[in-house]
Amino acid sequence: MKVRMMRGAITALLVGALAGTACSAPGGNGDEGGAAGSGTGHSLVVGIATEPDTLSPLLGYGKDGNSKIFDGLLSRDVNLDLVPALATDLPEVSGDGLTWTYTLREDVTFSDGSPFTASDVVFTYETILDPGTNNPARDELAALDRVEAVDDHTVVFTLSHPYAPFAERTVLPIASEEAFGDQDVNTGPYNTAPVGTGPYTVSSWSRGERIVLEANPDHWGGAPAVERLTMAIVPDDDARATRLRAGELDAAVLPPRLAAGFADEPGRVVIHAESADFRAVTLPTGHPVTGDIAIRRALDIAVDREAIVEAVLDGAGAVAHGPVPTASPWFAEGTERPRDPGEAARILDEAGWEIGGDGIRERDGERAAFTLYYPSGDRLRQEHALAYVSDAREIGIDITAESASWEVIAPAMDDHAVLNGGGNPTDPDFDLYGLLHSELAGDGWNNMARYANPAVDEQLEIGRRTVVEEERREAYEAVQRELRDNPGYTFLTHIDHVYVMNDEWENVTTQLEPHDHGLGAGPWWNIEDWQPRS
Amino acid sequence: MTSPASPAPTAGSRPAPPVPPTPGRDAAGGGKGRPGPRPGRRLPLAAMARLVLRRLLAAVPVLAAVTLGVFAVAAASPFDPVNAYAGGDAVGASQQTLDQLRENLAVGGTFVEQWWTWLRSVAVGEFGHSQSLRQPVSQVIAERMVWSLVLCGTAFVLALVLGVVLGVLAARRPGGAVDRCVTPVAYLLEAAPPFWTGLLFMWLFAVQWGVLPAGGLTAPGEDTVTASGLLRHLALPALVLALSQLPWFLLYTRQGVADALHEDPVRAARARGLGERTVLLGHALRSGLLPVLTLIGTRVPELITGALLIETVFSWPGIASATVRSATALDFPLLAALTLLGALAVLAGNLLADLLYGLADPRVDHDRM
Repeated sequence: MKVRMMRGAITALLVGALAGTACSAPGGNGDEGGAAGSGTGHSLVVGIATEPDTLSPLLGYGKDGNSKIFDGLLSRDVNLDLVPALATDLPEVSGDGLTWTYTLREDVTFSDGSPFTASDVVFTYETILDPGTNNPARDELAALDRVEAVDDHTVVFTLSHPYAPFAERTVLPIASEEAFGDQDVNTGPYNTAPVGTGPYTVSSWSRGERIVLEANPDHWGGAPAVERLTMAIVPDDDARATRLRAGELDAAVLPPRLAAGFADEPGRVVIHAESADFRAVTLPTGHPVTGDIAIRRALDIAVDREAIVEAVLDGAGAVAHGPVPTASPWFAEGTERPRDPGEAARILDEAGWEIGGDGIRERDGERAAFTLYYPSGDRLRQEHALAYVSDAREIGIDITAESASWEVIAPAMDDHAVLNGGGNPTDPDFDLYGLLHSELAGDGWNNMARYANPAVDEQLEIGRRTVVEEERREAYEAVQRELRDNPGYTFLTHIDHVYVMNDEWENVTTQLEPHDHGLGAGPWWNIEDWQPRS
Repeated sequence: MTSPASPAPTAGSRPAPPVPPTPGRDAAGGGKGRPGPRPGRRLPLAAMARLVLRRLLAAVPVLAAVTLGVFAVAAASPFDPVNAYAGGDAVGASQQTLDQLRENLAVGGTFVEQWWTWLRSVAVGEFGHSQSLRQPVSQVIAERMVWSLVLCGTAFVLALVLGVVLGVLAARRPGGAVDRCVTPVAYLLEAAPPFWTGLLFMWLFAVQWGVLPAGGLTAPGEDTVTASGLLRHLALPALVLALSQLPWFLLYTRQGVADALHEDPVRAARARGLGERTVLLGHALRSGLLPVLTLIGTRVPELITGALLIETVFSWPGIASATVRSATALDFPLLAALTLLGALAVLAGNLLADLLYGLADPRVDHDRM
């Protein structure tokens, strides 16, 4: 049934191809070929904008959880609190914070029937850490020194330095060592037809078209009620809305403008998921204008965030007072700043930035002017940038907004502002350390503003190294207060992710969502727990 | 709205219409014209084979140059394949990890050396690995080739047949009712970008009337491709792709046949009292089709470009959508293989046009092409 891989002469391809009308869909594994549409099970077709590059956790698939096809040692509930999954309990941490011990469930099998043991955990983590594995997210495990199987159901992780949020990383999906065999990790079939322990198995993946998942009836957590989950990949927003309206999709992620069209339709529900997905302007420390604290503070209170949320996001978002969204339990109360252009002007006057002949401020011959890059083709960031430019103009700061590709932007980040985006809702260390720590200034895509604040560095280290919850909270609140007083980034908005779906299910909720929202984010983050509404 | 301007790109360069063979007895024998080759004339198979062979040899340097071009572009590209590979994960990746990735993904040597290594492995059927799809390139092509051929083949045949039929009908009476309906629509379709037509048709057929699916290869809930399901899903993309090509065939046929109707051999055929159908199909069409045959070859690149848009709009899992992906993801191993395929398709289209031309015009010798 399967379209066979054809090597050799291209002419053979041409000729052989003429015969193919009875073939299965490309990427089909063929094993479930006849099952389509049979049975009385419930199914759901979800329209998403982007598909994963791979389904192999070894290359980064599902690293933030909710991978459907796999389970992690831990997973997260609706409040993003960690709960045991393949582990029987949360890990035991040694007093020095270096040794993390997980006890594994004994009743778990992979979807091919082979048992899940500690060696699969060791295999997964060791393969990811192997430099030959092309996993770009490897740095998330930078603290991990080694992982060992004590027995079949006990795994010990040893860290090279104390790292409090390590447990958050162990939502990472566990691959099957046996099913993987000795294939090439970067291009082997495990990338498209993986074997996991999760509530779903991959039925077929037709790239650029859809991923079809079948419920795993033997899942240790119980068989999902939604027996067939199809992720239809429709990159174009309008096409996705059209197909949802035509009834081909049961649910879809949509921009707020298009989602609004479904609000009054009976039988549909529009879901706004709050997120940690921020948009911010980097203010490079090395630049004489953007590195000046008065300029930073003035810009920070001059920008009309409410207006951006209303006009650019159509109301689907929240003003950002920092990288941590107000909806997060880690948000530092009291760091909110009201808009006050008058105060901004006063700060600038006081610091010696005088209004010049052309209405732009100057100090010691230095014009208050800089360039703000946004990635070309990103309409949302463009509109954020233009709003920021116009607000800055009102207090006498001249910003030139320019679009460019990341290849142009990357080498220019030392002294040019960038409209940046990102955000991870789970542990504050994940966002804040990379954004703010001076050691990571300009390292890859970390700390794009080259922010350097010794007080912040110190608190970031405390937050990462101490395991005492209350000390961590104080450290991150201190970081947010420091950032209020010396805002090396102007945080603008946190963007809601908007979903439209047929109102037929119980137990539909959303988590606080990250910047990258692929398969795992959205109301279907816990689709295995849904029940049909009676 | 009478006779619109001629679609002139090749009108000046094509040879004068040939004299269709009109055996003398036809005139006496009551109007049963025989448009095809004379009974005694056989297909010039040997000459055709020689032409194919010559073209195959000529294709080698062309394909070599085209693929070398891809590698040159890859080397000159200011874009960073590592960023494209890492995607969202690049944010937060350390420089060390990015450098390690670059080392893993990079191919050593100058672009000429890279090209030569690639060429030698292609010669033994090894196309390398697609970085963006994390799959062997040969697997990507094998999975997708069929669906692109089905789509493009259907659309091409549809455009050719419909275009010629409508073109003849329009040419029969320039300025007549058929001509006035068909020709302006053809100009409109020629001007309309295929993705626009695609979205319009999707809206009409899938949303407003709900008669055809809006995209994909099978219904979203199904895995297996059935003949009826395939037809339903093929209908819209193939129709839109055909409509983007149809105006060219239609207008060329209309112009060619209308011109031929005024030429001496056709007037002579009329004068001998042949029936209108014989004159139109046997004489005017045969001579008017020659530019259309040339067109077949030159439309292949356009067909491929059209497929790029159509496959993307309709989520059709073919080669074209993989091409878009490989280009945007800077996946040069995949792009090189797909460029090779595209170049082959264009060369094959030109060869087909020449073969047909030689068959249709007895004055043209395959050995002199």
